[in-house]
Amino acid sequence: MPITKDDILKIASLARLELSAGELEKIHKDLVQIISYIEQIQKVNTDGIMPSSQFIKAENVFREDIVKPSLPREKALSNAPDTDGEYFKVPKVL
Amino acid sequence: MADSLTISGYEAVIGLEVHAQLSTESKIFCGCRVEFGAPPNSLTCPVCLGLPGALPALNKKTVEYALRMILAIDGTVRLRSVFARKNYFYPDLPKGYQISQFDLPIGEGGEIAIPIPGEKRKKVIRLRRIHLEEDAGKSLHPESGEKFTRVDFNRCGVPLIEIVTEPDICSPQEAYAYLIKLKQILQFLGICTADMEKGHLRCDANISIRPIGLSKMGAKTEIKNLNSFKAVEKALAFEIEHQVQVLQSGGIIKQCTMLWDDKHQVAEPMRSKEESHDYRYFPEPDLVNLVVTEEWLNQVKATLPELPEIRAARFVRQYNIPEYDANVLTESRELADYYEKVMQNFGDGKAASNWIMTQLLKVINEEKAELENYHISPVMIAELLNFVQSGKISGKIAKDVFEEMVATSKTAGEIISSRGLTQISDDSLIREVIAKVLAENENNLKKYLSGKKQIFGHFVGQIMKETGGKANPGLVNKILQEKLDELAR
Repeated sequence: MPITKDDILKIASLARLELSAGELEKIHKDLVQIISYIEQIQKVNTDGIMPSSQFIKAENVFREDIVKPSLPREKALSNAPDTDGEYFKVPKVL
Repeated sequence: MADSLTISGYEAVIGLEVHAQLSTESKIFCGCRVEFGAPPNSLTCPVCLGLPGALPALNKKTVEYALRMILAIDGTVRLRSVFARKNYFYPDLPKGYQISQFDLPIGEGGEIAIPIPGEKRKKVIRLRRIHLEEDAGKSLHPESGEKFTRVDFNRCGVPLIEIVTEPDICSPQEAYAYLIKLKQILQFLGICTADMEKGHLRCDANISIRPIGLSKMGAKTEIKNLNSFKAVEKALAFEIEHQVQVLQSGGIIKQCTMLWDDKHQVAEPMRSKEESHDYRYFPEPDLVNLVVTEEWLNQVKATLPELPEIRAARFVRQYNIPEYDANVLTESRELADYYEKVMQNFGDGKAASNWIMTQLLKVINEEKAELENYHISPVMIAELLNFVQSGKISGKIAKDVFEEMVATSKTAGEIISSRGLTQISDDSLIREVIAKVLAENENNLKKYLSGKKQIFGHFVGQIMKETGGKANPGLVNKILQEKLDELAR
């Protein structure tokens, strides 16, 4: 089933993206093509192949439960648009 | 409220999702310390702040802790599990997604048995899944008039396991019993300190009602923001009542998410904008698959801490105490540990369990104190009990001594010697006092000898009074009887 403009608008709103009419047109065209390409891949016979979400062989990359120094607060806050010196400040949520 | 349900002909169907904070030193995907109450935003790094280019690395201990829980509740460990991104926007989630597990969680199935009041039989609550995930930060919502929400990311990335039940719970009381049991298991496993006030356990509840006997489920509502076991119980009772009223007045239950307001004791529906969840889960590309080998699993199994029931059964065998005592003593891990530490220095299991259950727990409850690190150590209790057992002080005096221990933190030995409380077990001394008391009570003695045997107790009372309660009661009885028998001849 081809992707619709409504689908794109819904995804855009979930991702908090605002699309102009022109952008919507272009993205729709691109996505229809990308998805039809994926549909071709889906025709490949995958009998006997374990589903995987990864293409690298590595597994179980762990770190031990050891505390490392955190960032000094000034540094942690330094990229924030707004702070009060202790907290990140964002527009009122509730 | 459960009664009104039966009358109205409906039964509740409840499922609980509990988030338990794992008691590791560091966060799940970075080395920041896990600490409650640290200065805001002092425990963050590029990983938990979601800065571009930062990559998560899984804390091995969180996996071990999750495995302990799955084994403890007889669940199935998925030998290859996958982390997933749960996408949503909220200011306390800096990456724009939470790393969680979705279709391939580390644990599935299992069960927890809860007691049914007044019955010996237990009810089994089946579990659906257990998965690992990270916590979000903490939003401090504005006081009235302010235009800002403040965000603290210290909690962001703190390890959690989410434990989800099947809808097997039928009443608020059962939900409460389940949570108590769950907390007990988590504590005994040493994987979560389960301190509610620090938010170590948080609960969401799904609830629907249906006419009794019907197997089809009604539409459910979800209640969030349940931060105490009592809140869960109250919120469920509130929502059951609400749903019954809606159905009885011919309405229909609309599926929705509610927030529990503990202050006003009501559940309010969240605005639809907040609940329009479409998380678009997909496998987390920054983390490789989590593979649990048989060897690893066996290692966790071999070192699994003793669970409450097993420990209680051992207490019965090892310390020769009744099942009731063993159950009380294994209600919390701290209490069980405390008892065992007392028993390392004392020989009479029942005497120790009596003392702990009556005297010690009474004081702990009155003072609302924590047993762990309480100023009266198990060694101090053992010393006191040994004084009683050896006959140095009577049980009655021991209570006074204990009271002073509570007030002053002094040891029993110090108190006994400074107050001269040692019990009199010296025959000759007791004989002297008996002679004196009998001499002073000539009339009573005559009455006794003429057959009024009940005066015996009066003599004992006088003797104890004369010795300030310190005479060994057993010896007093024995010697007094001998003396009176002698006079009667």
